[in-house]
Amino acid sequence: MAQPAKTSIKAVPLRHPFRWAAALYFVVLAAAFLLDAFHRSAYDWKSFRKYIFEARVFKAAGVTLSLTIISMFLAILLGIVLAVMRRSPNPVFRNVSWVFIWIFRGTPVYVQLVFWGLLSTIYHSFFIGIPDIHFGHFYLGVHFPISQTASLYWLAIIGLSLNEAAYMAEIVRAGLLSVDTGQEEAAESLGMSWWTTMRFIVIPQAMRIIIPPTGNEIISMLKTTSLVTAVPLVTDLYARTRNISDEIYNPIPLLMVACTWYLFFTTILMFVQYFVEKRFARGHSPLSGVQS
Amino acid sequence: MTNSPMVSAVEIHKSFGSNEVLKGINLEVNKGEVLCLIGPSGSGKSTFLRCINHLEKIDSGRLSVDGAIIGYREHNGKLYELKPSEAAKQRSGIGMVFQRFNLFPHMTALDNVTSGMIRVQSIDKDTATKEGMALLDRVGLSEKANHYPAHLSGGQQQRVAIARALAMKPKLMLFDEPTSALDPELVGEVLDVMKGLAQSGMTMLVVTHEMGFAKEVADSVIFMDNGVVVESGKPSDVLNNPQHERTKNFLSKVI
Repeated sequence: MAQPAKTSIKAVPLRHPFRWAAALYFVVLAAAFLLDAFHRSAYDWKSFRKYIFEARVFKAAGVTLSLTIISMFLAILLGIVLAVMRRSPNPVFRNVSWVFIWIFRGTPVYVQLVFWGLLSTIYHSFFIGIPDIHFGHFYLGVHFPISQTASLYWLAIIGLSLNEAAYMAEIVRAGLLSVDTGQEEAAESLGMSWWTTMRFIVIPQAMRIIIPPTGNEIISMLKTTSLVTAVPLVTDLYARTRNISDEIYNPIPLLMVACTWYLFFTTILMFVQYFVEKRFARGHSPLSGVQS
Repeated sequence: MTNSPMVSAVEIHKSFGSNEVLKGINLEVNKGEVLCLIGPSGSGKSTFLRCINHLEKIDSGRLSVDGAIIGYREHNGKLYELKPSEAAKQRSGIGMVFQRFNLFPHMTALDNVTSGMIRVQSIDKDTATKEGMALLDRVGLSEKANHYPAHLSGGQQQRVAIARALAMKPKLMLFDEPTSALDPELVGEVLDVMKGLAQSGMTMLVVTHEMGFAKEVADSVIFMDNGVVVESGKPSDVLNNPQHERTKNFLSKVI
């Protein structure tokens, strides 16, 4: 009887001819499309090359990026506050949060941006303090006039972040709900206060659930900034490229320029998300078993 | 107050909706005593334990730990509900160990143990780390200090959970079926830690199905069924010579 030798199996692997055929088909299709696009005059590649790194476009891309980052930063903070308020033992907090989400999630962001643009028409000043109580000219509070030329940039950020906060609140709430109630009980039985429990026990564990949809929201925000023209803010990437295309009577190359920049930012954000997800998977991924 | 009981429960009632889970529980646990609560599931023993830690609110009766009423402050014969911060302070003196461990999965074993010291008692990190390592050593896990709970066995996790509760220097330890979620071969290591704790003079209330542990370690055993205390006494009496039919019935099934 032959000794069963310990050699690896030698066999003809299963062939996948259709995969190769399908891949070839799409490569040919893409090549044909690109070759055609390259010679098609409507794309006007000369203008594309001229404007892709042009100073105005470059600056507009910066405006779009900063609108995204600042609005998302504020929206995440406010979203966490709103979600924690929804879970607070205090019914006042719970209801304030509910009403905020109801209004800002319930109306279109474009319409909200138009409203923020009209802020100075509706309200002339902003007052912090107790109204109607004054001693002569001394009021118990401070007046901030809203000038006709209130920064459109900041109005756009307020509009984008308040709307986004309503969505972030729901994402954070889902994350908080995903944490086992035993965690809160364990923290409470150690004598931790409600806020300490949230801050150090519940929120860090919820982050693992919160981050993937948040990455989605950031990418979505990057593109939603193209609506700030409703405020009307016209220094962002989309408004600026449209503006330039009016000069050269051809919108197509500038649309390609805008899309290239949007895609570039999105690609970077996808990389960032990958690393942040790894960071918050501590205690879950097999590779992070021992703290280094 | 040195002679007052550590735990005193008088006519404790508790309902969840229309379901009355505790129907008048009376018991006392003296300082340094180990009391084991046994009984079928749904008998109310876990609920009673959770009431002592104020994880559940009682509906009526009087429940106090070391002379202080749980969840309330008494002034001129009137009860005032405690503020959350006062309730938290009261809780921090009572250690609790859960059936499913409830370790914080995003923290290492050591961080789990020191979390209460740092976040509640505001002890500085170095001191907390030193004490935390000593506690992990006490439960035999100092070499696992930097491991996350997911990489510890059930028995090791439960021992970390005991160390975490001990870090608050509690005067009373509550154990809610601490070995029920463990593989059989891991039960012993947890019971050994608990035995050591009992020998060191800790007052303990243990809800358990480990009759061997109850026989060996408990000063007294209470058999609960259907929300009432059916039988109580020395472990040798209750476990070896039960008087009530229900106790006999239960013991014949578990031993």
